[in-house]
Amino acid sequence: MLVAILAIPLACALLSGLVPWRPWIGWAGTVSLAGVLGCGIALASGVLHARAASGLDGVLRADALSAFMVIVIGVIGVLAACQGVRYLDAEITAGRCTRRHASLYAVLVQGFVTTMLLAVLAANLGVLWVAVEATTVVTTFLVGHRGARTSLEASWKYIVICSVGIALAFLGTVLVYLTALHAPGHGFHALDWTSLVAQSRHLDPGVMRLAFALLVLGYGTKVGLAPMHSWLPDAHSQAPAPVSALMSGVLLTVAFYAILRFKVIADGALGPLFPRTLLVIVSLLSLGIAASLLLSQRDYKRMLAYHSVEHMGLIALGAAAGSTLAIAAVLLHILGHGIAKGVLFLASGEILLVEGTSEIEHVPALLSRRPILGGIFAFGLVALLGFPPFSLFVSELNMLRAEFQVGLGWAAAASLVCMAVIFAAVMSHGRHLLLGPKGTAAPDITPALVAVPLVGGLLLCAFIGVSAWPLGPLLHAAAKVVSP
Amino acid sequence: MTSSVYASTLGLSAALVLLCAVVTLWRRSLGAIVKVLAVQGAALACVALAIGFHEHDVGLEVIAVLVLGAKGVVVPTLITRVVRHDPTSRESQPLVNVPASLVAAGALVFLSFAVTRPVTALEPTTAGRLIPFGMAAMLVGFFALATRRKAVSQIVGLLLVDNGVALVAFLATAGVPVIVELGASLDVLLAVVVLRVLATQMRAHVGSLDLDQLAELHD
Repeated sequence: MLVAILAIPLACALLSGLVPWRPWIGWAGTVSLAGVLGCGIALASGVLHARAASGLDGVLRADALSAFMVIVIGVIGVLAACQGVRYLDAEITAGRCTRRHASLYAVLVQGFVTTMLLAVLAANLGVLWVAVEATTVVTTFLVGHRGARTSLEASWKYIVICSVGIALAFLGTVLVYLTALHAPGHGFHALDWTSLVAQSRHLDPGVMRLAFALLVLGYGTKVGLAPMHSWLPDAHSQAPAPVSALMSGVLLTVAFYAILRFKVIADGALGPLFPRTLLVIVSLLSLGIAASLLLSQRDYKRMLAYHSVEHMGLIALGAAAGSTLAIAAVLLHILGHGIAKGVLFLASGEILLVEGTSEIEHVPALLSRRPILGGIFAFGLVALLGFPPFSLFVSELNMLRAEFQVGLGWAAAASLVCMAVIFAAVMSHGRHLLLGPKGTAAPDITPALVAVPLVGGLLLCAFIGVSAWPLGPLLHAAAKVVSP
Repeated sequence: MTSSVYASTLGLSAALVLLCAVVTLWRRSLGAIVKVLAVQGAALACVALAIGFHEHDVGLEVIAVLVLGAKGVVVPTLITRVVRHDPTSRESQPLVNVPASLVAAGALVFLSFAVTRPVTALEPTTAGRLIPFGMAAMLVGFFALATRRKAVSQIVGLLLVDNGVALVAFLATAGVPVIVELGASLDVLLAVVVLRVLATQMRAHVGSLDLDQLAELHD
């Protein structure tokens, strides 16, 4: 089963690489990701009934948390792949992209998804590191796919900063391995995360403290947490829309998944205080930076990117609280944010395509000129700002509740202040973008291919916000894995 | 290998890794910096080889040869090609001048001895005591990355960070499991290839490898 989940996108990548570009290859990518989603759902129901699944001689392992992450990757992958077909179509028609480039894009997107799946299915924390590093290498070319000077700058920044971050994470992993070798009864499986969790009380606290700080800083770079977040707005605003959706919606949280896994081990070795303090610091720093920089944004894609920094800060704060309620809310937020941010980035790609600019100033009154596209963007913003009925409302509320319960009320209050500032900033940018006097009327040409998946995504986001079924048991089981 | 020969080989090689990192801050000619990087790769391979002999670990000896090939030969060759096509292959305007950089490097060495104290306490072997050298090489790489403004210098800084981390990995645990080690080396190699492609594109778009020319994205 686990091998199949990895094999589907890998096979699709091979297919897109070997066969010369045809439009149906784009659809094959969508089908492959739908297959991943299906397998993820089957895997989830499997791990809920039985114990964890493993594969490839113990290299792969899936518990409820991994299954949940596979579903997140699948959902946003399907959304992004639908839009990918449209993106390539438009680029080829406009002559900005050759058939070879289109094939390359298809190969890299499937490879990107494969590496993310490997990261969440790895049993070994070293393999997890290799997979996260591989996502950087694969996505660099995707960020620069448009070939402009600015996207070149963005890809350069992206790969340099993320490679440094990931090198720190490697050092952290090595130090964890060192402490594990010194703990009693260890040997070959010293990097298997289940055995590390079981042994965590015997790990040397001094080294573990250093290791966890390096890991939070290192993987935090890929999550987009301050102080190593500066690549994020550039990369997310320059990448093609479907890639931005995947990067912002899932890649950030896949890196956060790594921090969650290590946090359990650090909690066992150090007690909850040190990991909590560290996560609260990076989270409040990220929230503050996002709030101050969102105020002055002129570019709607950069606005969305900084909004990701805010949400990663919120997720880190929820993880700092660490109770089962908090982690379940964090996971729900990961899914909800992924869908809403994915929809918004995909819609912004379509806006860029029809309007030709990503400056907020030059795209006024979208709602009256292009009601369908503007409506999708408006509802996406409403979801992202945490209004009911969308699931982000429920998850933010539960995270705040959990933070007050464990005595992090002051941090929760600080995060609320930042959220209020961000709310005001996004509302004012959104008002300019969406409302305003009706200018020159243009026919709304949003094709069904674009509109249907995006509306579907928004409906899904609202549905999981209203109903505990079918995610409730899975969220609870997944939260149990990484909370005491 | 007797234990005294082992200790001195290990100490010399680890010190050479750090020395090379500091020398990259000192030299300005990019060609020379890349040569220093190759020497550092070879020194790193020496460390792995010495530990491999000492522990009778064939896997580690094989990895040592691979490290020599990748970090001593392949990566420097890849970067040299980029340097050769660049007319102004000098780091003319680092953000921090050379004497100040060297002072900073000294401070970073002290810092790395301070932060690795719990690690050396846990692993008080011949190899374990050398861990601060790896840490220091990494921090110097960081410093180079933050203060140098040429594309090639940044690639070199990245590789210094990576070599420093690899040195810590060899000294602390005699290498992480083989699958992780191979994956890590492959990833680094790919990252260098990607950076090289980007540098080539940069020259085509911008006309030079100066990162200051690329500063359109900001808030």
